[in-house]
Amino acid sequence: MTNTVLSPAPHLRTTKTIETAMYSVILALLPGAAVGMYFFGLNAIRVIALSIVLCVAFEALALRIRGRGMEPLKDGSAVLTGLLLAMNLPSNSPAWLILIGCVVAILMTKHVYGGLGYNSFNPALVARVFLLISFPVVMTSWPEPKSFTLSLDTVTKATPLGDMKMSLLLNGNLGDIANMSLMDPFIGRLGGSLGEISALALLAGGIFLIARGIITWHIPVTYITTVFVMTWIYWLLDPVKYASPVFHMVTGGLMLGAIFMATDYVTSPITPKGMIVFGVGCGAITVFIRLFGGYPEGVSFAILLMNAATPLIDRYTQPRVFGYPTRKEAKA
Amino acid sequence: MKGKFTGGVHPNDSKDTRESPIQNLPLPDELKISLLQHIGAPATPAVSPGDRVLKYQAIAEPSGYVSSSLHAPVSGTVKAVEPSPHPSGRLIPAIIIEPDGRDEELDLSSSADPDLKKGPEAWKKMVGDAGVVGMGGAAFPTHVKLNPPGDKPIDLLVANGVECEPFLTADHRLMLEEPESLMGGLHLAMEMVGAKRAVIGIEANKPDAVEKIRSMDLPAGFEVEVLPVMYPQGAEKQLIYALTGREVPTGGLPMDVGVVVQNVGTLAAIFEAVTKGRPLVERVMTLGGTMPKGPGNYRVAIGTLLSHIVENTGGLEGPAAKIINGGPMMGQALAGFDSTMTKGTSGLLVFGPGESRVLKPRPCVRCGTCVRSCPVSLMPHTLGSLVEWDQFDLLEEFHVGDCIECGCCTYICPADRNLVQWIRQGKAELITRSK
Repeated sequence: MTNTVLSPAPHLRTTKTIETAMYSVILALLPGAAVGMYFFGLNAIRVIALSIVLCVAFEALALRIRGRGMEPLKDGSAVLTGLLLAMNLPSNSPAWLILIGCVVAILMTKHVYGGLGYNSFNPALVARVFLLISFPVVMTSWPEPKSFTLSLDTVTKATPLGDMKMSLLLNGNLGDIANMSLMDPFIGRLGGSLGEISALALLAGGIFLIARGIITWHIPVTYITTVFVMTWIYWLLDPVKYASPVFHMVTGGLMLGAIFMATDYVTSPITPKGMIVFGVGCGAITVFIRLFGGYPEGVSFAILLMNAATPLIDRYTQPRVFGYPTRKEAKA
Repeated sequence: MKGKFTGGVHPNDSKDTRESPIQNLPLPDELKISLLQHIGAPATPAVSPGDRVLKYQAIAEPSGYVSSSLHAPVSGTVKAVEPSPHPSGRLIPAIIIEPDGRDEELDLSSSADPDLKKGPEAWKKMVGDAGVVGMGGAAFPTHVKLNPPGDKPIDLLVANGVECEPFLTADHRLMLEEPESLMGGLHLAMEMVGAKRAVIGIEANKPDAVEKIRSMDLPAGFEVEVLPVMYPQGAEKQLIYALTGREVPTGGLPMDVGVVVQNVGTLAAIFEAVTKGRPLVERVMTLGGTMPKGPGNYRVAIGTLLSHIVENTGGLEGPAAKIINGGPMMGQALAGFDSTMTKGTSGLLVFGPGESRVLKPRPCVRCGTCVRSCPVSLMPHTLGSLVEWDQFDLLEEFHVGDCIECGCCTYICPADRNLVQWIRQGKAELITRSK
């Protein structure tokens, strides 16, 4: 009778673990990745595979250097970072670019700060922004989407957001963008990073994650709504200079960012109220960069800036503890 | 909104013994009646080794206002008063009685009030003399709860029939089999605290109990509320909020919002104490889990060795790997069956190897499920990390004292973090420091 386990209560634990969350997010990303593979062909498969393999390899290396054992490798976070990074890169990214991205994501953003749970910034996003600033030409030469072929030859093409910014600079109006069909980008037939092109596929993944309780609605809904409302107001004010809110919904990295990057547990606020502040902040910064900034796209910058604000947001959005006066009662 | 408190979790309720009627167990050869069976000061022995005692005779007296008396569950001889294994894991003095098998009872007629003529003040004393304590688990002396100060008017008495801990079905069976005692106790308790209304709160997974009590022709002012199945629905403050929308202020007691809560088992014990003068010497408990061969609901004498319960119900299927005193969410793991039944023992659960892993905590990934599951709206991940990193100074800023230790955060944590254990550790450290 002396061999009983004397662990503290509770003696029951949920079956949902970190792995459940990580692999669910990976599963939810697959439709978006599949659309990328369909339109960008073998190249997309190469980028995804290489990015995942390298991220896992660097994760193993970091764990080894830090003497942490290989146990955390199975949590799936490195696979997820690899997949997310690939989906944020052009489908014709050369191997060296992916290699640098994986070093930045896994070593410089994640493990330097202590590994999973301790990083302040989303590893895949830091890597993407690092590459965008360091290698702007490679990072903005997006292959034109076409139906699946085995050929590796590609014609490069700007993104609709890039076209918009260029036309505004040269002509002071939206140019061709004003009349483009928005159905193509909704299903994913447009220029852009490998995994950001299909709003439809990404939304499906997001609904799956919310339904499974892996993420909550707070960040994606407030983020996307903020972008919609703000771009709608500007569009009403001057439709010659500002594109429609629907255009902003379906182009660029909004869906990928709002559903999969801004909701990263580690780098976003933990309280429901904080998540709303975070989502609105991400949306507002995205719109300001898209409409007034130097870069055509602002999703990555917006999320990273809000990542930096996360500890502050958490601090000021603590829930009211049961049995304490509400703010109204405290004033009275 | 009625019926919903903030947070909470949904473990499988595993009420496997809900169909098992309450059975009696044979008397053991020895009873070890611990002097600490309640919250407050341990009782003071009133007998010495060698004394012969009768069933229901007082064997220990309360040693203060918040304390409780103890009574002999059998007639027999006091063998010793010596330190004995207590469910807390410590050795606590216990009065050891050897039954003589004759079950000679003390004459209780002078202390009974079968016609309910003596009035509330006399009843309160009778409840105290009978050693009645809260039987939901916390074992707070009942006479203290029934005696709120004059400046705290009570309008509502809540009968707690929620039994939200998985596996436990003792209260459920009691509501089904002894509803008259429960309702009688409820009437008495209302009179004692001056409440005009009573609500019996029962979780929706006990529809037969709801029906049973509703079929009893409830007088005006009595209601049965069916509550959603959600742990910890039975926690006092959460239950009051779910039923009335009233929030017990931080650091306060239910009487601060005009409510007194009594567990259904306690109410039945109050009824016995007043109408028959009968002290609390036995209680209904659930033997459950996967290992017992005879799981069920049993009426067991206080002081019975846990090993006696297991042996007299058919034993175990195999080696026990985890033994829990109480429910799986808040109960205590035991090192063996050598401790004894106390007035607060609502269940004994036994699990086998493979069902009792010790989990190694991993880093917090800040998923926020603990924050959303906390019924008090704390930030358990922060509290846990503060203790993990020895930052005890900051604990109070995050309201560590308001934690009810229900364990929802630890249950739900995907990183296997022992959040509630750390929080308890932090609270203990703050107490040590304030001394």
